[in-house]
Amino acid sequence: MTDTLVEALSLDAITKRFGELTANDAVSLSLNQGEAIALLGENGAGKTTLMNILFGQYTADSGTVRVFGEKLPPGNSRAALNAGVGMVHQHFTLADNLTVQENITLGTQSLLSYSSNSAGAKAHIIALSNKYQLAVSPNARVGTLTVGERQRVEILKALYRNVRILILDEPTAVLTPQETDDLFATLRHAISDGLAIIFISHKLHEVMTIADRVVVLRHGKIAGKVEIKNTSKEALAKMMMGTEASPPEVANSTPGAALLELRKTSTLDIGNKPGLRDVSLTLREGQIIGLAGVSGNGQAAIADLIGGSMYPVSGQILLSGTPIQGWTPHNAVKSGIARIPEDRHKTGTIADFNLTENAILEHYKSSNFSTCGWLNWRKSRTFASAIVKKYDVRCPGIDTPIRLLSGGNMQKLILGRVLEGQPRVILANQPVRGLDIGAVNYVHNQLLNARNRGAAILIISEDLDEIMALSDVIHVISSGRLSPAFDRGQMTPTQLGLWMAGSGFDGEVSNAS
Amino acid sequence: MEIIEILFTASFWAAAIRIASPLIFATLGELICERAGVLNLGIEGIMVSGAFAGWMAVYSGTGLWSGVCIAMLVGMLFGLLHSTLTVPFGLSQHVVGLGVTLLATSSTYYAYRLALPEVTSPPKIEAFQPYEVPILVDIPLIGTALFSQTPLTYLALVLVVLVAVILYRTPLGLAVRAAGENPAAVAAQGLSVTAIRMGAVIVGSGLMAVGGAFLTMSAFDSFFFEMVNGRGWICIALVVFGSWQPGKALLGAVLFAAFDALQIRVQQTSFGTQIPYQFFLMMPYILSILALIIMSRRAEVPAALMIPFNKGER
Repeated sequence: MTDTLVEALSLDAITKRFGELTANDAVSLSLNQGEAIALLGENGAGKTTLMNILFGQYTADSGTVRVFGEKLPPGNSRAALNAGVGMVHQHFTLADNLTVQENITLGTQSLLSYSSNSAGAKAHIIALSNKYQLAVSPNARVGTLTVGERQRVEILKALYRNVRILILDEPTAVLTPQETDDLFATLRHAISDGLAIIFISHKLHEVMTIADRVVVLRHGKIAGKVEIKNTSKEALAKMMMGTEASPPEVANSTPGAALLELRKTSTLDIGNKPGLRDVSLTLREGQIIGLAGVSGNGQAAIADLIGGSMYPVSGQILLSGTPIQGWTPHNAVKSGIARIPEDRHKTGTIADFNLTENAILEHYKSSNFSTCGWLNWRKSRTFASAIVKKYDVRCPGIDTPIRLLSGGNMQKLILGRVLEGQPRVILANQPVRGLDIGAVNYVHNQLLNARNRGAAILIISEDLDEIMALSDVIHVISSGRLSPAFDRGQMTPTQLGLWMAGSGFDGEVSNAS
Repeated sequence: MEIIEILFTASFWAAAIRIASPLIFATLGELICERAGVLNLGIEGIMVSGAFAGWMAVYSGTGLWSGVCIAMLVGMLFGLLHSTLTVPFGLSQHVVGLGVTLLATSSTYYAYRLALPEVTSPPKIEAFQPYEVPILVDIPLIGTALFSQTPLTYLALVLVVLVAVILYRTPLGLAVRAAGENPAAVAAQGLSVTAIRMGAVIVGSGLMAVGGAFLTMSAFDSFFFEMVNGRGWICIALVVFGSWQPGKALLGAVLFAAFDALQIRVQQTSFGTQIPYQFFLMMPYILSILALIIMSRRAEVPAALMIPFNKGER
């Protein structure tokens, strides 16, 4: 690096209030050319709000943003882009039906210009993708690309505009370990060319790998700024939460009888998502099984089979050793299978129902909550209040519509609803997606407690760290095929990553058991 | 067979192109709206208002082309109303669209009665006359069918090419298509989804009104109630039939119009007189439904059609 640092960005005393809540309280930070800083913080700490202010999607109540010394007009994404600020959003902002080139060039020319310089644009995209190893065809439709390729398009979008500051909001959440490594290689290359990067993540080891400095936000305020070389994962976690993080202690378990078994089950392909191919999986008492894999490889089919919303075209489902007939979600719930659904907004809760109604959704017919077809609101409310108290659901009250809760609190209510039923089998599909470390540890501890009292648990997750931390047994799923069972500690993340990419299934990985 | 002979007469194809013309204008208008992500069910009413406005303007003494422009402006005003309610306010596009159709239809009738309180039969105007394109009109069959039409029909055909070129070859068209596929992608590139969608609905509504004006200023020379007679709804189906592409939509419009022209002629054959005429009136619609079923299986709907977009929300 050169000795003369050029300041690319400075945020000065940014304050943003939403009603009572102060999302950003006098936040100041600076970023130099050719530098990567990580922005760390729990959910609701104000990271995304701050970045949205920088990118002109929100207007700050006070404070200024300067890019290369120039003051940026507030609330104007176009001005931010023109000043050289680019953002890769956590949820990709790509149009599936358009080509890669169309997505990249969208908005880069005046809308009144009468023709698009298609050939020149294509050459430029190809040159960029060669330079930064972002392999993707300009003519491909975005809808046909994998998640990793889509992210390359997002990055190309920014590079095509010659951005000098790039914000990446949780860019690795959807990537395999190999794709993450490729992304980091690309980013390092760009940084060495002088790009300044703001990297938002909750994965501490990634922050340690890519960033030069870390800025930690807590409750909208800066909780600390440190150089990477002077800190450690533990110190960062503490700074972020304000207390020591307590990752779950995992004691060895002694698995008991098989409660639920999938035996050689296959399902049909749905669209371009593969169905299952002869998958056999056994869930035992007192055991956590982790299902690793990139999303869309058959996880949904396994979850649907267990939850009763799908029946295999071949193979059997056995409940405590007995093959079952007429498998429906109703029967599954009655048999003691509890579900933490993948998407808490779409299938886990009903947004406009209040907490009480959401708490009894799965069991409203049971004698606990109704008699002769009449709902017993008194008992339901007592139940909901108990969950709110026991599971620390932070909310204005049990009559609040659940859509007003944060993701973490919504998840805690779902967790309470699941665990209070004392289920024998728990299907936890992405149980901590989008939650901060405090909430993650809480959910994980509750799942471990459930295991210790004898529940059989299946955790489906794209996050290898989560799978490796909790699971007694790990399976990897890829293109509808299930890997053999790996015991705790048997595999490294890289080896699992190879299986996730599908190579182990053809005998390329030698230590498959 | 008489039906086969009909298919090889130039007058049959000339009639088909003429009947297709208002459908082409309105289908292009609807297509632009839907490509930007807004379903415009105001189409039927906007066509009625355009039919009246163009005719009334000419009756009051303006030139024919000024009449077309006035019809277009009236349509754009209804488009402004529709898009204000559906885009920045994000109201239900179904409810707003039907509301605009009711409002446009009934306010047109009201204006008609205000302007002409006494008359029993509406007055006639000097409508557009067919213009034979020199040389080209001498091509057998096609020449008469395509090149002995009124100027508005030529305009409709030119617009198909123009809309296709704008949609697929210009940055503006790309922005419109992206707004209908994923508005968040448009916003993230620093463009205003609201402006693009409102602009598309306003321009599209203007074209719908010109489609209506064709009926009073080119096909006939007067204005009747019930004149539009469901053509707007046909155009909604034609957009689906055309898989949201201008070229295919043109094909659909001509096909529908050909069925319509055919049924009139078959009614007059010896075979036709033995069957109740209502049966023939039904034919274009039945054949269109069949064509729609076949074509729309492969249609690619704009992914964000009918989904309102609010900046800063997920």
